[in-house]
Amino acid sequence: MTIEELDQIAESTRAEYDKYDHEINVCMGTGCLSQHSDNLKDALAKVVETQGKNVFVRRTGCMGLCAAGPLVLVDPEEVLYQHVNASNAEAVVASLGGEPIAALQCDLREHFDEQVHVVLENSGHIDPEKIDDYIARDGYQALLTALSDMTPKGVIRQITESGLRGRGGGGYPTGLKWGTVAKAAGDLKYVICNGDEGDPGAFMDRSVLESDPQRVIEGMAIAAYAVGASKGYIYVRAEYPLAVSRLTNALRDARRRGLLGNNIGNTPFSFDVEIRLGAGAFVCGEETALIASIEGRRGTPKPRPPYPAMSGLWGRPTLINNVETFANIAPIIRKGGKWFASMGSERSKGTKVFALTGKITNTGLVEVPMGISLRKIIEGIGGGVPDGHTFKAVQTGGPSGGCLPAEMLDIGVSYDALLKVGSIMGSGGMIIMDDTSCMVNVARFFVEFTMTESCGKCIPCRAGTAQMHTLLSRICAGTGTMEDLELLEDLCITVKETSLCGLGQTSPNPVLSTLKYFRNEYIEHIVHKRCPAGVCNIEAPVEVLA
Amino acid sequence: MSKLKLATVWLDGCSGCHMSFLDMDERLIELAELVDVVYSPIVDTKQFPDEVDIALVEGAVASVDDEKKIKKIRAHSKMLIAIGDCAVAGNVPSMRNPFGPEAILNRAYIENADTQQQIPCVVVPKLLRVVRPIHEFVKVDVFLPGCPPSADTFHTALTALITGEPLDIPALTRFGA
Amino acid sequence: MTVDVDVKTLVIDEQEVSARAGQTILEVAQENDIKIPTLCHLDGLGDVGACRLCLVEIKGSNKLLPACVATVQEGMEVSTNTERLQKHRRSILEMLFAERNHICSVCVSNGHCELQTLGQEQGLTHVRLPYRNPELTVDASHERFTVDHNRCILCTRCVRVCSEVEGAHIWDVMGRGIDSIIITDLHQEWGSSACTRCGKCVQVCPTGALFDKSKVGSDHPKYPDFLLQLNLMREAQ
Repeated sequence: MTIEELDQIAESTRAEYDKYDHEINVCMGTGCLSQHSDNLKDALAKVVETQGKNVFVRRTGCMGLCAAGPLVLVDPEEVLYQHVNASNAEAVVASLGGEPIAALQCDLREHFDEQVHVVLENSGHIDPEKIDDYIARDGYQALLTALSDMTPKGVIRQITESGLRGRGGGGYPTGLKWGTVAKAAGDLKYVICNGDEGDPGAFMDRSVLESDPQRVIEGMAIAAYAVGASKGYIYVRAEYPLAVSRLTNALRDARRRGLLGNNIGNTPFSFDVEIRLGAGAFVCGEETALIASIEGRRGTPKPRPPYPAMSGLWGRPTLINNVETFANIAPIIRKGGKWFASMGSERSKGTKVFALTGKITNTGLVEVPMGISLRKIIEGIGGGVPDGHTFKAVQTGGPSGGCLPAEMLDIGVSYDALLKVGSIMGSGGMIIMDDTSCMVNVARFFVEFTMTESCGKCIPCRAGTAQMHTLLSRICAGTGTMEDLELLEDLCITVKETSLCGLGQTSPNPVLSTLKYFRNEYIEHIVHKRCPAGVCNIEAPVEVLA
Repeated sequence: MSKLKLATVWLDGCSGCHMSFLDMDERLIELAELVDVVYSPIVDTKQFPDEVDIALVEGAVASVDDEKKIKKIRAHSKMLIAIGDCAVAGNVPSMRNPFGPEAILNRAYIENADTQQQIPCVVVPKLLRVVRPIHEFVKVDVFLPGCPPSADTFHTALTALITGEPLDIPALTRFGA
Repeated sequence: MTVDVDVKTLVIDEQEVSARAGQTILEVAQENDIKIPTLCHLDGLGDVGACRLCLVEIKGSNKLLPACVATVQEGMEVSTNTERLQKHRRSILEMLFAERNHICSVCVSNGHCELQTLGQEQGLTHVRLPYRNPELTVDASHERFTVDHNRCILCTRCVRVCSEVEGAHIWDVMGRGIDSIIITDLHQEWGSSACTRCGKCVQVCPTGALFDKSKVGSDHPKYPDFLLQLNLMREAQ
């Protein structure tokens, strides 16, 4: 495959679609599929066929606004319909070329206008199971350009210049990581894509893999070229069957098109990717545990250094990045590092995808420039807290993120700003809580999650999270004392500072941040034996055997 | 200088700590120069006095009775010393915790009883669900682990506490010592 | 003649020391009689950095490093016994004592137990954390040895010695988090497992979790030093 051949495919694919008067895009991501958008698509196709309309009905990936699914986007008019089901098919087809159906139309300017789509640029616009759809939207241009016109060093320079930082949560500068692996000695190196997205309420990676799998593969191939690797692995959760099937399909298509395999783009560069399924352990999202899992061993982390960049999979230099990080690569190479660096804040460049869940009107996926305020994301794009309740806290960064109160809503979202206020960027989950949430109970919930997901290797995480959970349960039950609270804080510090991997080190964050911003709720439980939100069931303790 | 008022208490333990205390032998006479034993299993007083300077507590808290006692002791003592592993850590009495009190009562009074298989329900105090060390109920000032702490440990520790000299407990004793 | 040795100089607890590149902080500290507490580490076995007791402070970094796996760097300034480290070490030991049912007074290893000794050395007089008191089993199916999970601290020395030295790999860890447990074979009884009956695991076990049935009371000292001699003899072959 050469660039000319690629251009030809893009041309002919676009020409093929141009023949139609209208295109009806039906979201078939996991969210909309759960509301039978597959039936809807069949119904639309049937109506189009029986009425002999010159209309193309396309299966697409996620359009973001999961709360309003199933979603349908009509092109070229760019009319978005929400809560569409099979019975609306005839009406939708009938409206083509005329007035949109007011009852179904989704007109959320505020939701879409503030967003900037880089990672999600193709989501909802292409058929994730057709590689030519991806190619028609400049897919694989970046890879073939890099192979023919750029040196591996040149690629890394662009990535460094872009200021891209790891989107899995750590925020390590991607260019620096690539440079380290590139410099590492050894003729056999690996590239791993971390798709073991395990945070409760997070579905950014799933959505990208379901909606635009080729983008991730292209990113990995560019990375492999840059660092000198010939073999890649995508580690994806087995709980994401749709993502796995679309990835499998995408890998097959890429091989058929000669975009994976030997001598890609008629150059000496060869690269192929295999899928590895995670078996449901949260800790396998930690890179050293993930590597152990790929090697077929028990998924437990190892102390770093040595970092995977020096000694990773089977002891070889290994580049490991998150799905979203790889999804950013192709546009950076296509448009240049400077373009990417022009978006975002001082030390956090580009855009970030967030999954909004919890007590928020517009549940779903959003992509915003770094540095945007939490308030804009939650109140603007997210549509605020529904049902007349008031906002209480937002938890960023998954189970080990911190809970931030309303006073913090004006901070700009960036790695450093979130860290400063006691939370983390994490992979991009945002759980919004309203006045019906008890913050002690919330902390207990997340500690319970990390406790059950701890691998058990190091003592502070294994036993420390269990002790934190016991103390939090006591406080929730109204049997806690002020001494327990003191002990809990002490314990949090030790677990944070001494745990082996990120899972343990960040597990006290929900406790520490709620203690910082909602301490009065703890005191209420302990001293006055009451739960201000009315969530915890506080009864007189029963200690005596009847 | 008036003598300090010393109390010793026996909760859920084997009395080994008291035995070890008595093993101070002739040093007890020295000690008697400094303290008055105002309450103890080895003296006649039945009521815990209102004001005690030093209370030595052996045994874990295993019953409602123990819980009441330890709270009373704390309220009337200037310094509370947990003596022995039962008081400090639960030790042997706490070995029933994984199984619960029903299982232990059943084993003792039904399964292993040859005659009159019946779990006593009067006079004996009700058992707590789990046996716990003293400091989970009240503030403890000094912990003296050991099973039992040796007579030398008692002597060194008590002398230091009475005279106010520095005391390095980990140098003297440990869990299980 | 030139000797090709890459020498690093560093400071441990205000003492200037030199080391070969690639040596761990723990190795160098031991060579210079600086004591760093360890529990999962055992000379002769691969290190896992799991117990976190050997964490040390490095000047200029807020991150604590496990001395058993962290290698020396030129000019590094290491503190092994600061107040912060002592506090963490005590907390970690408290977590261990509260995690399972450690009743020193009735343990075969009373007086020879590394956990007990560490507790004393680190100045632990009581455990502030609530005791968890889990219900755990004792497997006495093996004709010579017993495993009492109540006393296991999951240091995985048995797993490593069986796999790395004996080459049998009958021990491993099952489950995760607080429910982790060491198992023989695929969770068969020890007695019916593929155990070679070499007894190395018993000798390296730091507590009374693995013990020899022929020992009574607390008369069960262990001799993990055999590992170093065994490794020496193997190298000599």
